[in-house]
Amino acid sequence: MKYHAGSYDIVVVGGGHAGCEASLAAARMGCKTLMLTLTLDAIAMMPCNPSIGGTGKGHLVKEIDALGGEMGKNIDKSFIQSKMLNTAKGPAVHSLRAQADKMKYQMEMKKTIENEENLDLIQGEVIDLVVEDNLVKGVMVRTGAIYYSKAVILATGVYLKSKIFIGEVNYESGPNGLFPAMFLSEKLKNLGCDLRRFKTGTPARIHADTVDYSKMTIQPGDEEIVPFSFMNDEIKKEQYDCWLTRTTGETLRIIKENLHRSAFYRGDMEGVGPRYCPSIEDKVVRFEDKPTHQLFIEPEGLDTKEMYVQGMSTSLPEEVQIQMLHSVVGLESAKLMRPAYAIEYDCINPTQLKPSLEIKHIENLFSAGQFNGTSGYEEAAAQGIMAGINAVLKIQGKEPFILDRSEAYIGVIIDDLVTKGTNEPYRMMTSRAEYRLVLRQDNSDLRLTEKSYSVGLATKERYEKVMDKKEKVEAEMERLKKATVSPDVANPFLEKIDSTLLKAGISLYELLKRPEVSYEDIKKIENKIESQLPKYVEKQCEIVIKYEGYIEKQLRQIDQFKKLENKKIPEEIDFNKIDGLRLEARQKLTDIRPLSVGQASRISGVSPADISVLLVYLEQRRRQKGGEA
Amino acid sequence: MGFAIICYNTNSILIKDYKDRGVSMFLDDTIAAIATAPGEAGIGIIRISGEKALLITNKIFRPIKGDSLSDYPARRLTYGHIINPENSEKIDEVLVVYMDAPYTYTKEDIIEINCHGGMIPVKRILELILKQGARMADAGEFTKRAFLNGRIDLAQAEAVMDLISAKTEKGFDVALDQLEGSLSKRVEKYRNEVLELLAHIEVSIDFSEEDVDEIALELLLAKSIDIEKSLSNLLETADTGKIIREGLSTVIVGKPNVGKSSLLNTLLRESRAIVTDVPGTTRDIIEEHLNIKGIPLKLIDTAGIRETEDIVEQIGVKKSKEFFNKADLIIFMLDASREITVEDMDIIQLIKDKKALVLINKVDLPVKVDVEKIKDLVGEKRIVKVSLADETGIDKIEEYLEEMVYKGEVKAKDRLMVTNVRHKNALERGLKSLQDGIQAIKNKLPMDFIEVDFKNTWDFLGEITGDTVGEDLIDHIFQNFCIGK
Repeated sequence: MKYHAGSYDIVVVGGGHAGCEASLAAARMGCKTLMLTLTLDAIAMMPCNPSIGGTGKGHLVKEIDALGGEMGKNIDKSFIQSKMLNTAKGPAVHSLRAQADKMKYQMEMKKTIENEENLDLIQGEVIDLVVEDNLVKGVMVRTGAIYYSKAVILATGVYLKSKIFIGEVNYESGPNGLFPAMFLSEKLKNLGCDLRRFKTGTPARIHADTVDYSKMTIQPGDEEIVPFSFMNDEIKKEQYDCWLTRTTGETLRIIKENLHRSAFYRGDMEGVGPRYCPSIEDKVVRFEDKPTHQLFIEPEGLDTKEMYVQGMSTSLPEEVQIQMLHSVVGLESAKLMRPAYAIEYDCINPTQLKPSLEIKHIENLFSAGQFNGTSGYEEAAAQGIMAGINAVLKIQGKEPFILDRSEAYIGVIIDDLVTKGTNEPYRMMTSRAEYRLVLRQDNSDLRLTEKSYSVGLATKERYEKVMDKKEKVEAEMERLKKATVSPDVANPFLEKIDSTLLKAGISLYELLKRPEVSYEDIKKIENKIESQLPKYVEKQCEIVIKYEGYIEKQLRQIDQFKKLENKKIPEEIDFNKIDGLRLEARQKLTDIRPLSVGQASRISGVSPADISVLLVYLEQRRRQKGGEA
Repeated sequence: MGFAIICYNTNSILIKDYKDRGVSMFLDDTIAAIATAPGEAGIGIIRISGEKALLITNKIFRPIKGDSLSDYPARRLTYGHIINPENSEKIDEVLVVYMDAPYTYTKEDIIEINCHGGMIPVKRILELILKQGARMADAGEFTKRAFLNGRIDLAQAEAVMDLISAKTEKGFDVALDQLEGSLSKRVEKYRNEVLELLAHIEVSIDFSEEDVDEIALELLLAKSIDIEKSLSNLLETADTGKIIREGLSTVIVGKPNVGKSSLLNTLLRESRAIVTDVPGTTRDIIEEHLNIKGIPLKLIDTAGIRETEDIVEQIGVKKSKEFFNKADLIIFMLDASREITVEDMDIIQLIKDKKALVLINKVDLPVKVDVEKIKDLVGEKRIVKVSLADETGIDKIEEYLEEMVYKGEVKAKDRLMVTNVRHKNALERGLKSLQDGIQAIKNKLPMDFIEVDFKNTWDFLGEITGDTVGEDLIDHIFQNFCIGK
């Protein structure tokens, strides 16, 4: 029986990484929020790899944290190994990654959600939306409960009509044996949502005691742990190892022999899978001359013996998986605990979304995460927090909170999704960001916290800490510019590090610009063993000074970028009436409804000629309206 | 990526252009103009583009048979007269072709009227057309429409603009060549090389834990320097307005087993300059650069020459003709130990009007070929008897080559010139970025900084072709590297 179960400002459908951030953001911004999820046992579940961060993804976590999100704090509580990737490369692409204790990650997140003021957590499967005149008014749960709300955020992950594939076997199921959400898809389709099928997969889990680690290469964590959250200054804890091993010729043989039994190759699946996450059979077929592929064996947590076999995602039958595993160096007698599977699910074409993540044709309905066609915990969380913020701003009658491509990786993801759409589950990569040198993880707080604070999410405590960092960095930069060092003092140190000797005095600022001179060296030259400055201030100064030229260049490009970005396209413009536009461009522009000429220029099928037409049209229109020159 | 910047630059040019002309840009009216260069010529062409092109033409054109052009199929030349509808006066005898939208240059209906050359008939016909409701096209307006209709890329559009205003014949040729997109193609080639390096850099950043070999800095440096050279060379043509000094483009032709590869190898050995094998992204044409007696030659070797040894057979007679037309010099080889074959005769026909040197190879074997007959067939062309096996006659080839060049018989065509200020500017900036990148590698800056310069190079070169990065890079990464969990 249907019954009125409650009224909220915001209802979030889903308790995964997107749902958690969306709910917390909404609640923390003062909205009465409800999180509805299929099972309370799978809050913030990590059904695939047991890690958070990595290249591009690490940046996202830092940005989520800078905005006042939870992912960074939560992984800081639950990681069992921490590693900074890409340290041989520049600071812009240093990327933090942490191995998580999966269960702990879930439990910590659940605790946070349960303890959050303004946030209710209820188990239930949403099977319908209450929509009147293209305005969402609430949701209906399978039990008949109807929750009314001013806004709804869909964060349904991979659960919509999800189907698992293991070789010839397939059945309707969510990940990890959880039940799928079979009803909502049809309702969304009826509401005009353009749904499609995507697929992804996960490798097998094996028993830790059946692995011969002596044949593998140890992959330890870093000695110095860098926390994800800016609010955590220092973390010290015991770390656990991962292991590197390889497939053999025998693995290849088994795969080739059984290829016809793979769900991917049998053609059972209609979903589109990600190119960056190919199954092992895909790797073998596409890179035939590669005799061996590397695999990482990673612990799933401290209270479990399950180990994750990274690199061996597959949809081959279970018995083939076992053979395959046994052919890997060190896994000769490994015991399979969970088979690898591929999973297929419904998601929306994200070009149906506004940059605020509101669905264009259903007011106050927002969406985030894998439902929007992305892949990855971090990508989901990033959208979750933005959807949460924007849902709140929308019901408060405020302007949406939109980060552009020059401000955050989060801006890149969302702009890519809503402007270009995606043909495969979208994953963040640093190469997708054109202003990578400016979008560093070390300055994510400087870039974003103030913005988040001004919309009411980041706490005062966080804001003040960031402002303090900012001031200290500025002061230190000034000091380094003014402080000079004489050859007598500097040369003995410079000699040690093979740096050109000084002939005259030089500012520390100039000295730090030398590639071989680090801030630590400057400290030695200054004879300052104990610094009163936080490490992140020193680091920030070092990066900004050292790479000043490049950063300046990129900032100039951003100025250019902003010019087109700031040319807003009024909402009332009818692209079909702009005669100079090609038909394709008219359709695309009408579909996407870009907010700016900059966004319009990134739509595929809109040519530079169309943009010039659009620019001239806007200019003409402006003049006709008697705007200023 | 960096698209916004590109866009902004090019668009500001366009907008300025529109403003300067002071006309509305959203016109779908019918325009007409004289398409041929002004002056005395055999034929003049008037082009009409727009919805009313056919309607207007029907008012002034009387085909020999039937009432109007509408009775004839599109895309065929129709013979008839231009008549002044007011007094039925015959203005000129013409050939008219109607091309229906959208498969035309402007993607609009186009009619071209071929009339007698000279300013008077051309002008009178144009005036008649304008009287019937067409508007005189602004300079470059056809192109602009083509461009606005998404028909051509930027480089081509601007080349056509150059074409329209080209005064000298030489300028005309260059413009034509750019029109064919050869500048675009060339720049695209370098851009692809940059893209490949970019992909390597990106993979090493985004997939650093993956099982892919990181590109060695030395290799990155070497490849960058190669591209830098190519770009400088291309830019030089802009600075001096001279030909690219890459040599006379020379094609070796002859039936299978006549010894073309041996000749190529022999010449390469004899060459006093550094031999470079320019690796292209497309592998069908290999260019060997060599220098004989101070004459730079670019020997064009198609994959066909090497594999089937028969260019005519490989690419067909029509293609061969085009190929030969592009060559500055042809070296035609005959086999002394075999009779003249049909294939030889075909080639002789093909190269009849070309600058060619005839080699009779294998004179070390019993001579079966009729040398006198060959002399008759090839006319004035120089003939050298050689044996590549014994290495005799090589000196003579070199001597003749030198003679032909210094007597001015063989000239390099001005093949590729950077004629446009915008192109020059884009190339300069592309080159500068690449040089910054090279410096960054030398300074041992981290990959992600080096990448910025390469990305900029890519972007700037993209301004010439009008292309943008977008998914290209990511596609390239996934196609070429085995990555993923």
